Amino acid sequence: MIGFLIRRLLQAAIVVLIVTVIVFILLRSIPGNVAVAILGPSAYRNPATLAQFNAQYGFDKPWYSQYLLWLGHLLQGNLGFSWTLDQSVASLLGQRLPKTIILVGLSTLIALIIAVPIGVWQAVRRNKPVDYTFTGLSFLFYAAPTFFVGTVLILVFSVKLGWFGPEAPQGGIVSDFTDWRDLTLPVVTLALVTIALFSRYMRSSVLDNITEDYVRTARAKGASRRRVLWRHVMRNSLIPIATLLGLSIPGILSGALITESVFNYPGMGYLFYQSAQKQDYPTMLGFIIVVAIATVVGSLVADILYAVLDPRVRYA
Amino acid sequence: MTATTVPSAPGTPGAPQGAPAALPATKPRGMFLRGLEVFLENKLAVIGVILLAAIFIFCFIGPFFYHTNQTTVNLANENLPPGPGMPLGTDQSGYDILGRLMVGGQISLEVGLAAAVIATGLGTLWGAIAGYFGGVTDAIMMRLVDALLAIPTLFLALVVVSIFPPTETELILVIALTSWLTTSRLIRGEALTLRVRDYVQAMRVMGGGSARAVFRHIAPNAIGTIVVNATFQVADAILLVVALSYLGLGIRPPQTDWGGMLNAGINSVYDGYWWQIFPAGIAIILVVIAINFIGDALRDSFEVRLQRR
Repeated sequence: MIGFLIRRLLQAAIVVLIVTVIVFILLRSIPGNVAVAILGPSAYRNPATLAQFNAQYGFDKPWYSQYLLWLGHLLQGNLGFSWTLDQSVASLLGQRLPKTIILVGLSTLIALIIAVPIGVWQAVRRNKPVDYTFTGLSFLFYAAPTFFVGTVLILVFSVKLGWFGPEAPQGGIVSDFTDWRDLTLPVVTLALVTIALFSRYMRSSVLDNITEDYVRTARAKGASRRRVLWRHVMRNSLIPIATLLGLSIPGILSGALITESVFNYPGMGYLFYQSAQKQDYPTMLGFIIVVAIATVVGSLVADILYAVLDPRVRYA
Repeated sequence: MTATTVPSAPGTPGAPQGAPAALPATKPRGMFLRGLEVFLENKLAVIGVILLAAIFIFCFIGPFFYHTNQTTVNLANENLPPGPGMPLGTDQSGYDILGRLMVGGQISLEVGLAAAVIATGLGTLWGAIAGYFGGVTDAIMMRLVDALLAIPTLFLALVVVSIFPPTETELILVIALTSWLTTSRLIRGEALTLRVRDYVQAMRVMGGGSARAVFRHIAPNAIGTIVVNATFQVADAILLVVALSYLGLGIRPPQTDWGGMLNAGINSVYDGYWWQIFPAGIAIILVVIAINFIGDALRDSFEVRLQRR
């Protein structure tokens, strides 16, 4: 287990390092000249200023020294500087990340609370109307683009019924809870898509477990159906879901990007989208690195969780 | 990257499980026919095929019978509700929505299919080579895949698209280049088990080269995984184009795709122009569901083939 952990950590570190290389290559393929972008077009007439700028920021060095310089800054927490917002990417992240964590955390929690029982129910009533209904619904929400779901929710619950606000709370994280009416629709949108995914996994996980020998043993020993289902089958079926949680971080973040754009929710995804439109590359690439690290850590935690939850799993 | 198995991909449930047992044990037939039989017994799959065929006919043949102007803006006709002469109304540029659904669908389907084919080809090749050679080659190739997988596809695609504003061809390439990763993982797994099979070993002993092993033995034997994965790739690619178009980084006007139509419609949703979002939204959902039905059934068909070997 220790050997597995060390190998896995090393692997994760290498993956993150490769991510930085990819991001650096993207950074270098951006058209245009940084010095000209910052100093203005008139800098072309003044080669001395250009040269001085390039020397000051290291643009005269070969690409590998530039990479090492940039990597060094990255390790010190310097993710770059946003051209359009005149703010460091790290401080932007500090403002926006908590908002996204609230959105993603709340909707994932709600999705789990709803999807797990639905999945169990579907598996127990396999090929019955209940199963078909929820399978149909999960197909529907899996196939529907997130922003379409969000828009329809706005149309129905905000425009027609007026129960919830069409735009997310715009303030800090406190406003998310004081203006919960405005937070409801974004959370529900993201949760609906996530429920569709999780309930399908839960259903097939329970179906895998329900035919196992230990189920028959437990029943033979006189445990009630209900007890076998909720104590034995459900606990074993949750193991893959725990890892799925770690592995679905990129998917949920993509969903959050769209959801935040639909509801003007001032989180990371919305900022990323705005940066894409304004071609604010330092912000985009700084965020990509953070998201990638979150993903790598997520799958690392998923692996470890899998080993911890399931003692049958042995890593050589 | 992971040592875990998650039960079946996100396209699984719904497909009836009982199909294999229902097969009569008559005279032996080709595996293709057996697979086809299982496929056709799956009602959802048949519905999926019919639905998809209908949508293709609608998008590619429809415009020959239903003539509309989809190139010049006509502000005199903007935002008209459904009525005589325009069954689904018009949008904010005066385009007929039924006609636009057809031409937009052409692009959505073309991009989805082409991107899926390229992504599958690239992923298969990459995974087969990594799995076949193993060792250092495998480690290097798969760490690159892990690194790219760590960046959510939508984020990566957004960066690439904002650096190089896309035409239809470039959009296909961007989506293909950001979505071959899961395929390569799956095929690598297959290749790891296939390369130690007797027939591959025998071919090696007879002097066959690595290229032959990859192209003639490993890739063809992983065909089930490849086809099933490619099917889901099409659905994912269509959704990704839609998402990029919604974010304003997709196909440029006057061309459009279903995502672009939705994006345009959403801007006027508060005015109550519901006909501008529902046609494209429903079209996307129908296509993606149809493809998922087909993918699920294909998975069952190939599983039956394997069991009967």
